[in-house]
Amino acid sequence: MSTSVTGIPQGTRAQLGVKTLRTDRWWLQPLVTFLALLAFVIYATWRAFENEYYFSEPLISPLYSPCLSTSCPEGATLFGWTPFGDWYLGGLAISPALFILIFPLGFRMTCYYYRKAYYRAFWQSPPACAVAEPHRKYTGETRFPLIIQNSHRYFFYMGLIFNVILTYDAIIAFRNAQGEWGHVSIGTLILVANATFLWLYSLSCHSCRNTFGGRLKHFSQHPVRYWMWSKISILNHSHMRYAWISLIIVAGTDFYVREVAAGAIPNLYLF
Amino acid sequence: MSYMAKFRLWRGDNGSGELTDYDVEVNEGEVVLDVLHRIQATQANDLAIRWNCKAGKCGSCSAEVNGRPRLMCLTRMNTFEEDEVVTVTPLRTFPVIRDLVTDVSFNYEKAREVPAFSPPEGLEPGDYRMQQVDVQRSQEFRKCIECFLCQNTCHAIRDHEENEKAFAGPRVLMRVAELDMHPLDTKDRREIAQDELGLGYCNITKCCTEVCPEHIQITDNALIPMKERVVDKKYDPITWLGSKIRTRSSSK
Repeated sequence: MSTSVTGIPQGTRAQLGVKTLRTDRWWLQPLVTFLALLAFVIYATWRAFENEYYFSEPLISPLYSPCLSTSCPEGATLFGWTPFGDWYLGGLAISPALFILIFPLGFRMTCYYYRKAYYRAFWQSPPACAVAEPHRKYTGETRFPLIIQNSHRYFFYMGLIFNVILTYDAIIAFRNAQGEWGHVSIGTLILVANATFLWLYSLSCHSCRNTFGGRLKHFSQHPVRYWMWSKISILNHSHMRYAWISLIIVAGTDFYVREVAAGAIPNLYLF
Repeated sequence: MSYMAKFRLWRGDNGSGELTDYDVEVNEGEVVLDVLHRIQATQANDLAIRWNCKAGKCGSCSAEVNGRPRLMCLTRMNTFEEDEVVTVTPLRTFPVIRDLVTDVSFNYEKAREVPAFSPPEGLEPGDYRMQQVDVQRSQEFRKCIECFLCQNTCHAIRDHEENEKAFAGPRVLMRVAELDMHPLDTKDRREIAQDELGLGYCNITKCCTEVCPEHIQITDNALIPMKERVVDKKYDPITWLGSKIRTRSSSK
């Protein structure tokens, strides 16, 4: 058999001369995915470097939480913990978001769903099923750098710590700007939704499913782990949905906090 | 209601051939395989088609209909517009024997590379006792009818013939997962899956799952769990350490 050239079969395979015979709109899904992920990357990058308008008592943006630099406003830090001090590059303070975003970014970059999404939409490997990819060579995730995708579970563990912190952020948002408890604002609801969907996204993760029970051979000998695996499997069916909802809500939460912090809109209190 | 449909069939052998047009009658309730049989009976007696049960259970009539890998017996004609040209070509990943019939022996050769089920030593047939929850995962994979649509669609070999040596494909790796999850299988299949059968070539783009006529969740329930098991063994020092400190293998 001869070697195929950019996906067009040669030799004894049927030689059709085209990369696909699909007549449906196979390009639509990767295009939408490409545009949506690109929009998030552009927005998150801009916000991570903006280094302001990320805190308005009691709301903090999920892109900046936990805020670990000395320059973080009082109340934005996690119990006053600022291990990074202030770092400067070319006279400019490095945004505190840059110290922490590697973890949620790493979690999503190595996520089994997002891998499918960006391999298809960005790398076109393949762009859609039964549509030839444009690359001459393919080694998948067998070697560096893509073998790093196997680190997903570590980002999952780190993601759980972030979920705890963002849940704490949502809880303290049940205060008003004066620090009095028992108040609910639009910001409170948004932060609660943000934390909820981040938990759903994390707990529906394939690594989570393996850790809590998937790696077992004998479910019958581990009824508690089997129960957890069963529940996680139900969530896992909707992993893609939670991936998208949580991504959109993270961006939306950050945008809301930004607008409130910048004074563009008030944080309306329901009570 | 009958109508005349336009079909384009790939005719040829050993890789060389061309698309040939046919105008053919289509009746209500028919599937693509019915129409091909009509072409075979009335216009092209030498048309080669592999088929058997006509019920989506034998996995013989795999082909590509308008570029999409399908079982011809499960592709209903009412999913096409009456003026739509229906193009049927052979599975693109395997060598053509003649017309729509391909040589799928690659899949059997790869299947033979999977070490056989290995029950505990001394366990006699008939002594096997296990609970339903222990075998339910494997049972999903046993629904496979070996139509090889997943093997055909996987871009790792479809678009890169050179990977056929290193990568066994989703159907074979699903068999590995089935055995690795089996409560009575004693063999550690994780390194075999990664190093010998090329699990790392899978980039989980889920085309195998999309085309499976049995709706087996190949990626979510077999390939990704198998990848995670490989990580347990090869890339996760904490799990590895845990397996040394505690007798994790016996707890499995």
